[in-house]
Amino acid sequence: MGDPFGMTTAHVMAAGMCGIRTAGDLVAWMQLTRRLKIDEAKQYVAAKLGISVLDLSNEEVMQQIREELDIGIISGPADATKGVAARCRIAELLDISIHSVNVFKAKLNAPLKLNL
Amino acid sequence: MAETYLTRMGDGERVALTGEEIREDLEAGNQDAAERGNIPGLSPDELDQLFAIVTDPNRITAVRPGHEVITTDDGGPGMIVCDKPDGGVGLPMGYHNAVLAFERLCCADTIGAGHYDYSCKPAKALINYEKQRYYMYSQAATIPLLYGTQPNLGVYFQPDGPFPNATELIPAGKIKEGQQAQEAAAEALIEDLIYIAGELYDAGCDGFNFDTCASAGDADFYAALKAVEVLKEKAPDMAIEVGMASEFILGMHSEIEYRSTRLAGMYPTDQVKVAEAAGADIFGMAVNVNTSESFPWNLARAVTFLKATVAVANIPVHPNVGMGVCGVPMLSVPPIDCVTRASKALVEIGKADGL
Repeated sequence: MGDPFGMTTAHVMAAGMCGIRTAGDLVAWMQLTRRLKIDEAKQYVAAKLGISVLDLSNEEVMQQIREELDIGIISGPADATKGVAARCRIAELLDISIHSVNVFKAKLNAPLKLNL
Repeated sequence: MAETYLTRMGDGERVALTGEEIREDLEAGNQDAAERGNIPGLSPDELDQLFAIVTDPNRITAVRPGHEVITTDDGGPGMIVCDKPDGGVGLPMGYHNAVLAFERLCCADTIGAGHYDYSCKPAKALINYEKQRYYMYSQAATIPLLYGTQPNLGVYFQPDGPFPNATELIPAGKIKEGQQAQEAAAEALIEDLIYIAGELYDAGCDGFNFDTCASAGDADFYAALKAVEVLKEKAPDMAIEVGMASEFILGMHSEIEYRSTRLAGMYPTDQVKVAEAAGADIFGMAVNVNTSESFPWNLARAVTFLKATVAVANIPVHPNVGMGVCGVPMLSVPPIDCVTRASKALVEIGKADGL
């Protein structure tokens, strides 16, 4: 812990992938769902996106990709996909099972029936 | 007169050291870790690389393009809204807003939410509220959201909890009674951790961070490992990060074992193997900072431990880089010159998979 601009932001800017500015969340999902080490996680995501590993943290490339795929962007316009809806698209894009997405879809698709 | 470089002590005090003094401290920190952990030290080339990072004339530094890693945290949004002795800026805003600020202002790769106290025991009493919070944040956040809690076995002992206090029994010579108290408290903690994480899983929790494990010693670590083991069966789609309290497992119990392996006295290279065996998906290594030694000494020590830990790990390793661990000085306003140098060194030399 610590003050966010001395600690979190400093680490993120010095060595982090920078989340939805780039492909940081996508690579993180691969560590969380497949236990992949950083190089393998990056290679997996880069292959899915059809770009180089170097471009995963390139804002100029990733912002355009995120916008086109509609998987959530940093500027968050009102008509863009974000939140759980974006995660649903990310799960499909990366071909992974995301628990929160599965729970959300299970509720969404549960049959509408009354047991009176 | 020899050229000097601005650096700091482990408590953050700014000092000017000569190149020779910095090299001596780097070598001493490296040797200290290698001897304590019985692990290989850094090579001369790696020590040269570390020297270049420490003496970089710029105020802040960073990894080279393409070397970026993933960040996880221990209740990061909490530090935006809380005012705590160990950090926090106390902004008058809700936690929900802080979660989204963490995603879109701090630009972290994952978000770690948690109870304001962050210990397991108080979170249990408010579990329905915690589930609601997780659900609400999860609807709005795009990046992975983890729920974090500290096992904190210490609060299960009297006067805070129901079990006889081991730290009073042991000095009184009641060793067996002290061990029994820790074993009983650990069982209660295991039950609570499984309950909390299981409930959050029902609300769609994607990841659970067992943070600051072993803060109360080997029985504390045992409880976390047992809970992870059960949760990987009960909640298989929830990732689990095991973050440590320090580099060394204190033998408060001294004989407690996990899968026939004694936990007391473990260093990170052994800690990661038992965490892996329990089912952890990410390991958060911690290396203590000695405030009386210099930043170069502390950083070299952390990088040496990390490199050896990553080498034996089959899961991603995210060294803890909060205040007072893995080279970051023990100061509530962490100097960004040291914070960014620690980031770069741990990633580029230590080969961290994340921070």
